[in-house]
Amino acid sequence: MLGIKALPREEIEAIFSLAKSFQEISTREVKKVPALRGKTLINLFFENSTRTRTSFELAAKRLSADVVNFSASSSSLAKGETIIDTVKNLEAYHPDIFVIRVGSSAALYALTQHTEASIVNAGDGRNEHPTQALLDMFTVSQQLGSCEKLKVLIVGDILHSRVARSNMFGFRKFASQIILCGPPSLVPFDCAEEGIRVEYDLDAAVESADVIIMLRVQQERQTSAFFPSLREYSKNYALTPRRLARARKDALVLHPGPVNWDVEIHSSLKWRVHPLILKQAENGLAVRMAVLFSVGTKKRTL
Amino acid sequence: MTALPRSCLLTKEEIAKTLYRLACEVVEQHGKLNEVVLIGIHTRGVHLARRLRALIREREGIQLPLGILDITFYRDDLTAIGPKPVVRETKVDFDLQGKTVILVDDVLFTGRTVRAALDEIIDFGRPQRIELLVLVDRGHRELPVKADYVGKNIPTQRNAVVEVRVQEHDGADEVILKKR
Repeated sequence: MLGIKALPREEIEAIFSLAKSFQEISTREVKKVPALRGKTLINLFFENSTRTRTSFELAAKRLSADVVNFSASSSSLAKGETIIDTVKNLEAYHPDIFVIRVGSSAALYALTQHTEASIVNAGDGRNEHPTQALLDMFTVSQQLGSCEKLKVLIVGDILHSRVARSNMFGFRKFASQIILCGPPSLVPFDCAEEGIRVEYDLDAAVESADVIIMLRVQQERQTSAFFPSLREYSKNYALTPRRLARARKDALVLHPGPVNWDVEIHSSLKWRVHPLILKQAENGLAVRMAVLFSVGTKKRTL
Repeated sequence: MTALPRSCLLTKEEIAKTLYRLACEVVEQHGKLNEVVLIGIHTRGVHLARRLRALIREREGIQLPLGILDITFYRDDLTAIGPKPVVRETKVDFDLQGKTVILVDDVLFTGRTVRAALDEIIDFGRPQRIELLVLVDRGHRELPVKADYVGKNIPTQRNAVVEVRVQEHDGADEVILKKR
């Protein structure tokens, strides 16, 4: 599974229905089913990640797959091996699934040409992070009954955010409307297409939203100064009690984590928003189990 | 596609009588029933288990705990059946430790479903004993599995289809045989 863009709505719904079954498994005494017994999964992370990797690893283990973790920093990439050679070498072990995070979508696409195994995208540069969007949408549909015809506000660094992109593709498949909000330097001006509206004033943007997705300020991804200071960013684009009071009472606040408290969300709102953000992490496990189950029980990528 | 030749193996009335007899057998076998639980295998096994529970309640005044099992994740042919199996609810919200589990399914055929169900039940806990109750045993076992309570033994050809239809799910009670 490489992205939400190419994923039909029916496939998304099938993943949600599987994820619901997998939620139940994590509440059992023996939190494991033999669905992917004998399959090998390689977590191949050319960029750092603990949360996504852990989530995929646990998901695979709860399906009884064997998991190997491979991260760039501790590998022969440091010795100068190319990404493609790395994959070809691992291919010699006959893995069934690669979960890959890599800095560019071109690299991810190139890798698909060099392996027989299924590939699950765990983030490719600025392009997509499909399982994050699926877990966001799954969380929303569990809370509100569906992802249909909602107003989804995405706040923050839209320009660098693969989470935002995948969510934009995903929610629009359910006829939801997307509102993007952030500093003009971080909201690409040409992104307003059908179903997408850009709003630079967060006070106004929160008013009609059913779902508010706060993005993390990714300081590691910004090569030059896109906003003057964190203080100014949070003054204009942090979710504060005053701003949240303008939103609908039952508006859902999501965050892909980890939250920089007081930068994206005011820490006094922790009691209100943190439970759902933690629920997202919990749902992430079930959604990733569903994705791995879907790709692991058939031959090629979704 | 032309319809397959079909014949009725059990009518509504016969199913009702058979289930009543099976309920009596369970009661006869277990006396007080206080350690007995029922677990139905999706889809029709669940409906049959519910009916057995109602019959036992009418007779003995005891409501047995009822669990629901979907065995999809325990199947041995997951890669063969295609990418999108329909997975339904699994719900066993009582302790199995020391209990006698009566596993309920509609048709006993190769025994593979029962094998998967046994593995799944054991992941939920360690029952004292597991018994198997089926409405129809049609033969052709591929595993050493035997039912403890059988509604009706029906010898069939390997490639025939035995279909149990229940009111709750299919709109009618009947067991039919389709020949290929």
